[in-house]
Amino acid sequence: MLDMSQGYTTEDGRKIGGVVMEMKHITLRFGGVVAIQDISFDIREGEIRAIIGPNGAGKSSMLNVISGFYNPQEGEVWYKGALRPPMKPYQVARQGIARTFQNIALFEGMTVLDNVMTGRIRQMDAGLMAQALWKGRAEREEVENREAVEKIIDFLEIQHIRKTPVGRLPYGLKKRVELARALAAEPSILLLDEPMAGMNVEEKEDMSRFILDVNDEFGTTIALIEHDMGVVMDLSDRVVVMDYGKKIGDGTPDEVRNNQDVIDAYLGVAHD
Amino acid sequence: MAQSSQAAEGLCSIPALLQRNAKELAGRPAYREKEFGIWQCWTWAEAEKEIEALALGLINLGVNEGDFIAIIGRNRPYFYWSMVAAQSVGAIPVPLYQDAAAEEMAYVLDHCGARFAVVEDQEQVDKVIEIQDRLHQFEHMIYVDPRGMRKYDHHKLHTFAGIQDQGRAAYWEFIEDLKARREKLDYDSICVMLYTSGTTGKPKGVVLSNRNIIEASRSSAEFDNLTKNEEVLAYLPMAWVGDFIFSIGQAYWCGFCVNCPESPDTMQTDLREIGPTYYFAPPRVFETQLTNVMIRMEDASRFKKWLFDVFMEHARKVGPAILDGKPVGGWDRLKYALGNLFIYGPLKDTLGFGRVRVGYTAGEAIGPEIFEFYRSLGINLKQLYGQTEASVFITLQPDGEVRNDTVGIAAPGVEIRIDESGEVFYRSPGTFEYYYKNEESTKSTKDAEGWVATGDAGFFEEGSGHLRIIDRAKDVGKMADGKMFAPKYVENKLKFYPNILEAVVFGHQRNACTAFINIDLTAVGNWAERNNIGYASYQELAGHPKVLDMIQGHVEEVNRSLAEDPMLSHCQVHRFLVLHKELDADDGEMTRTRKVRRGVIAEKFGDLLGALYDGSGDIFTTTEVTYEDGRKGSISATLEIRDAAVVPVNGDTKVAAE
Repeated sequence: MLDMSQGYTTEDGRKIGGVVMEMKHITLRFGGVVAIQDISFDIREGEIRAIIGPNGAGKSSMLNVISGFYNPQEGEVWYKGALRPPMKPYQVARQGIARTFQNIALFEGMTVLDNVMTGRIRQMDAGLMAQALWKGRAEREEVENREAVEKIIDFLEIQHIRKTPVGRLPYGLKKRVELARALAAEPSILLLDEPMAGMNVEEKEDMSRFILDVNDEFGTTIALIEHDMGVVMDLSDRVVVMDYGKKIGDGTPDEVRNNQDVIDAYLGVAHD
Repeated sequence: MAQSSQAAEGLCSIPALLQRNAKELAGRPAYREKEFGIWQCWTWAEAEKEIEALALGLINLGVNEGDFIAIIGRNRPYFYWSMVAAQSVGAIPVPLYQDAAAEEMAYVLDHCGARFAVVEDQEQVDKVIEIQDRLHQFEHMIYVDPRGMRKYDHHKLHTFAGIQDQGRAAYWEFIEDLKARREKLDYDSICVMLYTSGTTGKPKGVVLSNRNIIEASRSSAEFDNLTKNEEVLAYLPMAWVGDFIFSIGQAYWCGFCVNCPESPDTMQTDLREIGPTYYFAPPRVFETQLTNVMIRMEDASRFKKWLFDVFMEHARKVGPAILDGKPVGGWDRLKYALGNLFIYGPLKDTLGFGRVRVGYTAGEAIGPEIFEFYRSLGINLKQLYGQTEASVFITLQPDGEVRNDTVGIAAPGVEIRIDESGEVFYRSPGTFEYYYKNEESTKSTKDAEGWVATGDAGFFEEGSGHLRIIDRAKDVGKMADGKMFAPKYVENKLKFYPNILEAVVFGHQRNACTAFINIDLTAVGNWAERNNIGYASYQELAGHPKVLDMIQGHVEEVNRSLAEDPMLSHCQVHRFLVLHKELDADDGEMTRTRKVRRGVIAEKFGDLLGALYDGSGDIFTTTEVTYEDGRKGSISATLEIRDAAVVPVNGDTKVAAE
């Protein structure tokens, strides 16, 4: 195992910092169903952390716990060094964690630009009147935010669809627009729920490159769920493996790959 | 060769023209690039400062006079500056096609012995690093876009901005050196080296001097009255001579503004926003735009479609005549004006041609129908005939004398003669100096008196004195019965159909013509959608029986129109097949400027060609394909071969099986 106390440097020279989020003994139940059972792990600043596991393992529930959307019945979530209390949805949005969804959740009738602009909602605080009149502060704010959004549009290479309604875009591009909107919020942690699901090989390669570039360029901490094992092993610094709501492995891709429990969970065990 | 008066004033290099523009046109825009959704602008004075900083940085980096500097990137101001900065320090810029695979780049970089390269981004850096070990003379690389580059070893890798900063910091150290090097440049010094893509064999490095570029730019600018007020959109490959002449030669001579698109995909939007007054495009671009218009009209409401058809019909009748200033009746004029209000004006605006004063197409023959379409809208689209070795211009069409079947009269300062075999020769101030490290080719192309063989067959039309190009001299062949076989002519007729992207016609030494056809995925895909035809891949769509029916219809229409031409009625297409893959430059089937390489195609698809002539109904084939990153794979398919109905020609013995 790596020495985790002070952060570390990856093989390709990226600096990974201290723990930014720590999950301690999380248990999440829906009535009688135990979705997550006593799971603990941490996410470090600047790393790409993957959560993998077979269908129904509780990955998406875990992501919702990280984002604060679900409140676990047991356990503690420590975020930026403080114990995080249960939150209301608007507080969830303001804590600096942005996410994309497994089933794309964009405003289909709005243009790409407008969709990405909605990601800046946290950075706009001119009042309703000012916004309506669009003078002074509101105008200034819009210009500043548009500038930030344009940088992201440039970064993700979606200039050509800037003014296209999202509903008219192919699936792969929609996924990219969703990533753009999440990035527009300038999150400290970015959660990606199956960013490559349903993509062809080329789209997957593009998306992988964008995820790496986001991490590299903005230093964004990324937690992602993904089914494509090749992608996970290539992208992530550390991987948590879940099965039936339990954690069965945690470590670097290599460690996880050679973990017997993980192999069993994925390939099945022979019954003698 | 006549020295112009300007040359006597010391304006005999591109950097000298830059100095003049920076002084006389200081506040006027020289470059624009759309970035972050906004058009960023540099005036001539600012551009001069940027170029100076880069030039000083290059000296600081150790660039010597006579060094070659490779430029690899899409049209961006930074690369135009790099070219002029390279010239300023006495080095020779060598622009490369940025979509070339690493292997192709290796040949060129090794051949010219480039010590330095200015490249766009990580993709290009990776390509050069991949081949670097084989290039023993290669030293430093400068990149513009720093994204994803942080982890690279930066010993011999520099950012563009960093080199400029170093240049500014070392201003007092090197400025005298820079001035001295700049002043040494004269009409005979090398301006640029461009590699011709070549439909056969290895690329050749064409060395063009300042005389070539400046004389060609000057005379052509005078021919079309280009001024400092022109706006151009630079979107054609920088490695192509046309872009060098338009975006550097003429831009520096006239002092007009070069606009660079935001990304290759936004070209259409950017074109519309800029509204160029002077526009150049190869036929393919016009074809694609026409295809898009036609597709959108197919989707339009009935009334709009009817309106479009009615007015386009009228435009075809009188549009070109009005454009040429020929007498046209009052009623027709009124109707045309109405059409302009409802259809032509908005359409031109959408296409981005609302302000085009002079438009050119060249590089390949353009389909007459495509050409007429644009002219009928009132766009002054003309043809020119040229090649890299001539610094573009050999012939030009003067305003008012535009025809779709000729390429115009000799450009100013160009002499043309046609030898006994019909091949066109020319001599001009723009004629290239020599092929780099290839004396043999230089000798066989350019004789002692400076006459250059074009490799094209043509003749001067009686009466008008316009040059008419029949075909590549190499391509024009003879059918088995000795009649002329002109493949390009037939291909162009086929390519006018929006559904057909590319066609390759065979017939040399054969008793009948046959064709390979590539469908246009955009057009056919749209058609399939409207007709509820499901498909999962290009290959599946290309092999769909209904698609084949449609293509067969097009082929038979072409045959009917060919039958009316007494010269070429025997070139009707008897059999054809639709290829299972798009012809591609990465596979060597086309040049980077998208000209078909007949030889390569005939060899590569030899089995298919055989099937076209042995009467079989279908054939199974496996083809190797190269991906963008150079990896190889293969695809296989069973292709159906169709017979097309041929119109019997009177007084002619019928040939081939039907």
